[in-house]
Amino acid sequence: MSKRNPVYDFKWCPGCGDFGVKRSIEGALVERSATLSESVEKTAIVAGIGCSGNLVHLQEGPQPFGIHGIHGRTLPIAYGLKSSRPDLNVLVVSGDGDFLSIGAEHIGPQAKRNLDITVVIMDNGVYGLTKGQASPTTELEVVTSTTPYGKLDDPMSPLETYLAAGVGWLASSMSTQVKALQELIVEGMAHPGFSIIHVQSPCTTYNDTYAALKGNEKEGIEPMAFPVPEDHDPADLASAYRLAQGGRIPIGMVYQRPDSVPAHERLRAAQERTGSQEKTVEELFAAMAI
Amino acid sequence: MSKNLVVRFAGEGGQGVVGGSEILAAAAAAVGYHVLTFSTFPSQIKGGPAWGQARISTDEILSSGDDLDVLVALNRYAYDHNVEELSEQGVVVYNSEEFEVDEGGRAIGLPADQMARDSGNPRAANMVVIGAVAQLAGFPLEHLETFITARFTRGRPGDDKIIEGNISALHMGAEEAAKTGFSLESLDSPVPSPDERVLIKGFEAAGLGAIAAGLETFIGYPISPATTMLTYMEEFLHGEGKFVGQSSSEIESIAALVGGGFSGKKIMTSTAGPGLSLMGEGLGLAWMAEIPLVVVDVQRGGPATGLPTKTEQSDLLMAMNPGHGDMSVPVIAPGSIEEAFWGAIEAVNWSERYQGPVIMLSEASIAERQQDIVKPDLSQVRAESRVVSDGSTGNERYVGDGVAPFPVPGGPGAYVANGSEHDEQGDTTHLPEVHVTQTHRRFKKLELLANGSYEAEQTGASIAVMPWGGSKGSARGAYLELTAGGEDLAWYYTMFLNPLPRELLAELQAKDLVLVPELNYLGQLAQVLRAQGVNAHAVTQYTGLPFKVRDLRDRIAEELRTRSGKLATV
Repeated sequence: MSKRNPVYDFKWCPGCGDFGVKRSIEGALVERSATLSESVEKTAIVAGIGCSGNLVHLQEGPQPFGIHGIHGRTLPIAYGLKSSRPDLNVLVVSGDGDFLSIGAEHIGPQAKRNLDITVVIMDNGVYGLTKGQASPTTELEVVTSTTPYGKLDDPMSPLETYLAAGVGWLASSMSTQVKALQELIVEGMAHPGFSIIHVQSPCTTYNDTYAALKGNEKEGIEPMAFPVPEDHDPADLASAYRLAQGGRIPIGMVYQRPDSVPAHERLRAAQERTGSQEKTVEELFAAMAI
Repeated sequence: MSKNLVVRFAGEGGQGVVGGSEILAAAAAAVGYHVLTFSTFPSQIKGGPAWGQARISTDEILSSGDDLDVLVALNRYAYDHNVEELSEQGVVVYNSEEFEVDEGGRAIGLPADQMARDSGNPRAANMVVIGAVAQLAGFPLEHLETFITARFTRGRPGDDKIIEGNISALHMGAEEAAKTGFSLESLDSPVPSPDERVLIKGFEAAGLGAIAAGLETFIGYPISPATTMLTYMEEFLHGEGKFVGQSSSEIESIAALVGGGFSGKKIMTSTAGPGLSLMGEGLGLAWMAEIPLVVVDVQRGGPATGLPTKTEQSDLLMAMNPGHGDMSVPVIAPGSIEEAFWGAIEAVNWSERYQGPVIMLSEASIAERQQDIVKPDLSQVRAESRVVSDGSTGNERYVGDGVAPFPVPGGPGAYVANGSEHDEQGDTTHLPEVHVTQTHRRFKKLELLANGSYEAEQTGASIAVMPWGGSKGSARGAYLELTAGGEDLAWYYTMFLNPLPRELLAELQAKDLVLVPELNYLGQLAQVLRAQGVNAHAVTQYTGLPFKVRDLRDRIAEELRTRSGKLATV
């Protein structure tokens, strides 16, 4: 249910991390709109399939355009959208199943093109919408409906995967830190190039990781999440890899490539360099005249 | 004197056999002949059996020719596998450095490579052969000299030497052929055409049509035999607000097209069967979310990797129903180079008019065919654009009883373009009544497309021939021979296969029998017609090659003998 469309009947479970992400995105769009004096309608949200993708129907406040496509193909849709309309602000929302399993093949090409879009991943470590199967980020030995002996596959390390794919701007966040996440999204959208904000967004029904992320000092449980150390230099790729490889989840700015020329600027520069000229159909036919 | 010359250059990939046929065709076109080429080659960079064929005529050409006047054989395999298609008076020109033709008869051995080296241009072996062919056919060498001079005058210092070498090679070949005393019936002089003509390939015509229709974005992935269209667009679709890109897969291509179409741009890709298979789900999304886009499928042969470089017409059923669920994707299948141009324009127009995906079914033999055509009258081009929302319907996108105004991102009317079943605002719902209403809306839009043009002749006959796509030319040749021989036979043809033009369908339904020549095993258009109440029967071939006119004529005649008897007894 949303204020815009009261008959829309989709609901997230109480406590779902995606509520926090939704608020962060709503705040980020309003903030961007005010800062740049740009209407929210200049933003298009490309949503994947899964609980996270339904965010596009639930947005409150000024309405962006949305496209809720097919499973795993947020990035290809965003590729065609942004390449056709570089003037638009394109935001992808997706989950660990949609983005890192069926859709993983698309990360490398967009990173290498440096497509100027921002991706917000809601990672709950499980397939929620299909009721609790293992996802690439489900931890080892976790029992789900498709892992009756506990998960046998090693969990994927998303941050490491992104860095290896060449993602030039990478942040890690938690759905509970609504304001901090909002600021990261605003910064990601301002970055001229491909940016990913990977968000821990727990599933209270099938994989409730709130406690594990926060830890419990009294019970001696070390939190999975930890703030990125203040002395971390986001321009240092080796240092970013070390953060990503520690087996825990750093929260904050992980990596930002110092030089970032987005795809559409590369094209424009190449066309200027080679002096490519538009030819009319008449001229093209004339070149074939007998 | 003769009206026709058919020359086949056969050898292996990388030997320039396709180039040879195209140079001969281009030279002939330059002096006013009509020309049409066909080529076939294996899926490898070098080697494997390949041939290119040029037909040169004083009349308009319908097909690439049944019998060879000249077979140029560059190796033994090429000779063995092509010589049976030589006409009675035909001559073989063969590479005597590779093999010898034992039996007597009309064969000329040329040490073409050695002669090319002697000419001072070692790369001119093709010219030696073309000189010999010209001599045999009584084709004046000065035409070829003019052509060579024009082709190699490129403002570079070495131009003169290259031109001189090529012309010298040409004469050496002609002199060698003259020594044999063989000749063909010489070709009539060309009839000068009052029209402006262009020498053009099928993929170029399709690309130009798309550009004329106002295409703004093209995204494709390399795949035979559709890559030439991608590279053509990379080279020529330029300008403010335009984009051409190479995707990482056909899955990425189709999803990117959905994104680009959603953004408000006119958008297209080119692919072949395997790519179209991968696009099924994305095409469903475009149908469901009502996104205009065009997929050009250049058909090749067979399922899976099949026959990547051969020609076939076996993607029709998939094109109409490329994915799961209820949908019916509009299909336009050009049957000539001219239709590739106009068909591409209509494909873009259709996608804009009904707001959804359109597939243009080309095929290898059309995409790669080089032909002289009358330059299309560009004043006849009508480029349609989708009806854009002015925001007066608020956030409601999927409204009314068919096509609704299209909200363009950045403007008013923000909504969610949704591949899940959805309400007016594009928000997901599974309510039965909404699924019914929206399904009706989506199918109703197809009615806007059922008014395409079609050809109809001798419509009083109770039995009709209706080919589709690239079989049009051969079928037309067969039809003309049959009717000249006294058969009472109607002719129907359209490139608009789904939906069929309303009036055409009504006419076909009234026939006792409709024979459908098509290059596939299943008889795909015949199936489609039968499903719409037409008594259609396919005449099929699935060799990876186009129909020969004679074969088709005989097969149709046979069908008429066997089937018309049965019809009479019904």
